[in-house]
Amino acid sequence: MTAPVLSVRNLKVEFVTRHHTLRAIDGVSFDIAKGEVLGVVGESGAGKSVTGLAVIGLIDPPGRIAGGEIYLSGMRIDHLPPEEIRRIRGKRIGMIFQDPLTSLNPLYRIGDQIIETIRTHSNLSESAARKRAIDLLAEVGIPAPEKRIDAYPHEFSGGMRQRVVIALAICAGPELIIADEPTTALDVSVQAQIISLIKRLGRDHGTAVMLVTHDMGVIAETSDRVAVMYSGRIAEIGPVQDVVQNPLHPYAKGLMGAIPTLAGEDKRLVQIPGSMPRLSAIPPGCSFNPRCAFAFDRCRVERPEPIPHGTQAVACHLYDPAAKENVKETAA
Amino acid sequence: MLAFTLRRAIQAMGVMIAVGIIAFSMFRFAGDPVNQMVAIDTSAAERAAIRQSLGLNDPVPVQFVHYFANAAQFKFGVSYQFRQPVADLLKERMPATLELAICATIFAMVFGILMGVYSALRRDTLLAKIFQAVSLIGISLPTFLIGILLIYLFAVTLGWLPSFGRGEVVRLGWWTTGLLTVSGLKALIMPSITLGLFQMTLIMRLVRAEMLEVLRTDYIRFARARGLTTRAIHFGHALKNTLVPVITVAGLQFGSVIAFAIITETVFQWPGMGLLFVQAVQNVDIPIMAAYLLMVSLIFVTINLVVDILYTVVDPRLRSTISRPG
Repeated sequence: MTAPVLSVRNLKVEFVTRHHTLRAIDGVSFDIAKGEVLGVVGESGAGKSVTGLAVIGLIDPPGRIAGGEIYLSGMRIDHLPPEEIRRIRGKRIGMIFQDPLTSLNPLYRIGDQIIETIRTHSNLSESAARKRAIDLLAEVGIPAPEKRIDAYPHEFSGGMRQRVVIALAICAGPELIIADEPTTALDVSVQAQIISLIKRLGRDHGTAVMLVTHDMGVIAETSDRVAVMYSGRIAEIGPVQDVVQNPLHPYAKGLMGAIPTLAGEDKRLVQIPGSMPRLSAIPPGCSFNPRCAFAFDRCRVERPEPIPHGTQAVACHLYDPAAKENVKETAA
Repeated sequence: MLAFTLRRAIQAMGVMIAVGIIAFSMFRFAGDPVNQMVAIDTSAAERAAIRQSLGLNDPVPVQFVHYFANAAQFKFGVSYQFRQPVADLLKERMPATLELAICATIFAMVFGILMGVYSALRRDTLLAKIFQAVSLIGISLPTFLIGILLIYLFAVTLGWLPSFGRGEVVRLGWWTTGLLTVSGLKALIMPSITLGLFQMTLIMRLVRAEMLEVLRTDYIRFARARGLTTRAIHFGHALKNTLVPVITVAGLQFGSVIAFAIITETVFQWPGMGLLFVQAVQNVDIPIMAAYLLMVSLIFVTINLVVDILYTVVDPRLRSTISRPG
């Protein structure tokens, strides 16, 4: 079996402030295989976006990668010097940001921005790069690309601009696309188009996709697997149907319970009591324990490691087969 | 685009007429012009004749139309003190002032942008902090003091540069230039720095602030995510976005550079329009003062127009809103 396209091992990201060091990502591990879409969900501040930025090497000071390893197709990339990671960015990893209205430089024609990116990463001539840019625009579904290539960003609608952003992200044929909330700023009808576009591109090119979002609907529609993040850690990871239909982690259960369904009767949605802890006040043990209805002594002292459970893996002491039998012994 | 330019040009005309009225009214409120021109023993009959020949008995609006029509053809009347047409005096002095103003602006732009970009990109270095400190001095010290300090240091103490005048000049048609002789160039250095220092610090602070702002934007982050080189990001993407406000300020400042040249020209005895104006004020030489006022406002209005048009060249978003108004 070949190495996964992206492999993150025990990643830690810290933000150093004057008073203390905040750990935004604390021991996150996951893999994404070729052609696979991994959805990453969680509340605001759970560390979804920071994980994406860490992979592409765009964590700015005062933030820094404090530990762990990131492998791109087997090659370690988290310790590379800035110039080498720069060559990987855009070429082997493409990134799509949340707001297409502000992602494009307003003073340059979109064609120039695409051609610039293509020529940064290849030896194509100006005219060959232009031809490739037109093909790319056609591929992401921009009508009359040979005309629109000379338009400025403000001449496009939000959805069309996001297509241009996607064209820019895939223009060098990356192995991995990190999409950070690609549909959040778009209206619902356009969201569906963008989602199916990302899905189609991943399928056609065998590109792995890391899809960061807080929208479970988007995840359910696009992803093969899903990682649920909570205060900088992965609470649960597994195939999307299993996690959605049979969530194991109490937090994931709460999250799925909070999704309204069309078929459901008129009952109140489940709400998780409390809110996610601030980074400066993460409780010891399992970070979810103050909000968890099933928390017991061990949860307040010992941090749970991911435990394989069927197709899923869950970071919760409730699923520790050894502990279940010897709860008393462990406590003693 | 044409309609836009035309509309702006008409607005500019309006401004010029308003300034014309002010310049014209100076003649009426600064005493009787006939008294300025004649000797004490001139008879009343002669005074009346002069008054008649100058058209001073016509109704005021008619006089204004005459004045403005003449001014539009660069006929500003005769200077009281020099007994020469004001237009000739201005034409003779203009090259000195324009050369000084252009050199000062180039100095301000080049160093202002370089220092601004540097202090934005290398915010925490010692040199960037020194730039910040120097810019504070440049903004707060008055021009004449800087000029005098420079003269003291480079002309009096070190004796490297001349303390006054333009040096040798070369005549090209009616234009005299100091740019072609060594002594002319040496004479330009200190006045240019004195005049341009304020503009330089202004541009530097503006570029720094704008650049920091632009570097935080999403499209810069996206440009980095696309793997563009740092150079392309900083100087291609960030700097171009920074330049829009810089063009406005530098353009509008060019007008003030010419207007503020009065002080620098006085300190360095620079034979330009500013010095002429200061002498005119001392001698209540109204035709020169009025003509100078009109000249400076014409320059301001022209620059404003050019800046507006330049905007659309840099920023495509303005181009389309202008061609499709509303």
